Amino acid sequence: MREALEMRALPKILFVEIKLLLREKWPLLFVFALPVGLLLGFGAQRGATKPSADLGGQSGAEYIAAIGAGIALTALGLQMLPTVLAAYRERGVLRRLGVTPVPPAALLVAQVILNVISAVVVIAVLIMIGTFAFGTPVPERFPAFLAAAVLAMASLFGIGLLVAAVAPTGRSAQGIGLTLFFPSLFFGGVYIPRESMPGVMRHISDFTPLGAGLKALRDAWLGLEPRPLHLVIMAAYAVVAGTAAARFFRWE
Amino acid sequence: MTYETGGRKAGVNVAIIEVDGLVKRYGGQAAVDGVSFTVEEGEIFGILGPNGAGKTTAVECVEGLRRPDAGRVRVLGLDPHADGLDLRQRIGVQLQQTSLPDQLKVGEALELYASFYRDPCDWRELLDQWGLAGKRDAKFRTLSGGQKQRLFIALALVGNPRVTFLDELTAGLDPQARRATWELIKKIRAGGVTVVLVSHFMDEVEELCDRVAIFDGGTIVATDTPQGLIDQVDAERRMRFRPMAEFDVGILAALPGVKEIHRSGDHIAVTGTGDFASAVTGALARHHVLVADLRLDAGSLDDAYVALTGRAFEL
Repeated sequence: MREALEMRALPKILFVEIKLLLREKWPLLFVFALPVGLLLGFGAQRGATKPSADLGGQSGAEYIAAIGAGIALTALGLQMLPTVLAAYRERGVLRRLGVTPVPPAALLVAQVILNVISAVVVIAVLIMIGTFAFGTPVPERFPAFLAAAVLAMASLFGIGLLVAAVAPTGRSAQGIGLTLFFPSLFFGGVYIPRESMPGVMRHISDFTPLGAGLKALRDAWLGLEPRPLHLVIMAAYAVVAGTAAARFFRWE
Repeated sequence: MTYETGGRKAGVNVAIIEVDGLVKRYGGQAAVDGVSFTVEEGEIFGILGPNGAGKTTAVECVEGLRRPDAGRVRVLGLDPHADGLDLRQRIGVQLQQTSLPDQLKVGEALELYASFYRDPCDWRELLDQWGLAGKRDAKFRTLSGGQKQRLFIALALVGNPRVTFLDELTAGLDPQARRATWELIKKIRAGGVTVVLVSHFMDEVEELCDRVAIFDGGTIVATDTPQGLIDQVDAERRMRFRPMAEFDVGILAALPGVKEIHRSGDHIAVTGTGDFASAVTGALARHHVLVADLRLDAGSLDDAYVALTGRAFEL
């Protein structure tokens, strides 16, 4: 009976959270419009569908689609998730749930699911636009692609949860998230393709969640086996950050 | 364990909340230090005291939000911790300093919270009842302070609770909105719901509460009806009148309870305790002294508070 009531509340909370997300401008712009716009803009350029030696044999369109997925995952994990959760705690939304029969953890779980759904939607849309508009192939090693995407999400969302755990306010969570966001994109290979990075920078890139994640996604998309190092790095971030987040998270 | 209502008889007071020897410490400092009170079914019970007196902490222990360090708490016969889920099905709470997501609409908030309870009210009726029908599609961010408060009350009632806890409900409202909120609280009780009202407003407690516990420094200094508290301290009161003709004020000086007599211009002011006012009017009548502008300052809860805690009521 108890479990049934809590289970029943989760989809309702999730549904409301989806509606709330769709009412916000900025997340939709960064998470959905920006990656799709980049793909449409760069993919339409001459030669974007040809394999490029500068991109390790990947076509420009496919590379941009992977970059878009990386931006979306990072924006969700390092911006959306921590900012919303820290604001819910700061404003007493979690505390208010604590005096209802539904535990506040249900809202946290709903937020994580919401961000996973958002990530899946963006990545699926990018793959479809690539396939139908620019003729880029669906990721060739699909299971490996899925594994890379799941681990990238786990690592970035884990860090986001840790930020939410330690930030006292929504605004400070946003600040901490932003200071992680831009270096992540930089070392992740969003501004400069990994192939053009100097040796030291590429080593650093391998040990960042987005650097490892983006390389693994691109490898799988191209039909290569992702390197175990990258998968292990992401898993390590997910476990360490997730454990710390669970340890430090406060409900009020 | 469920709370039995079947055997209840009219005129018998049923304790719906029992708190005995409650202690809650924060870092060695006792925020609540051995508090005991009971709340009876159908009453509006006030918890009055200045900020930092331990009111909110005590109530949060009763709601199950905080775990007491010592003492026994039962609400509807349930232990707020061991039976927390059952308890939260039956209580409605309005907390201090909580809010909702800015973009959430009024109707969505009520519908969502209604879905948390086994036997919820019809949330659409609550909208009408609390004057929010026109605001059903308004986002939380756009509501006025009074509208937000009405929404919080509606959310506290949506689960069909037996008891509601309202914490500093009228803080930050303008006088008119406060008066309106008082009427709403009376409406809740008229609907058969027991109300625990935490407040630092004297007038609010005096207007609404059947009984009041006065908190001070983590303990309860007195629990009684507002009038009982006023009578209990037997504070000095003052009557003023204007005699129509000269008379010898000496006839009042020896009356029981009379402390002081002052003359200022046409007026005479008599201070005293107990039933001195009847003695004074009786004496005036016996001596055929006609008076005008007769005024008796009513004893107030403020006076009682000062007498009970030994200091002025500070916010």
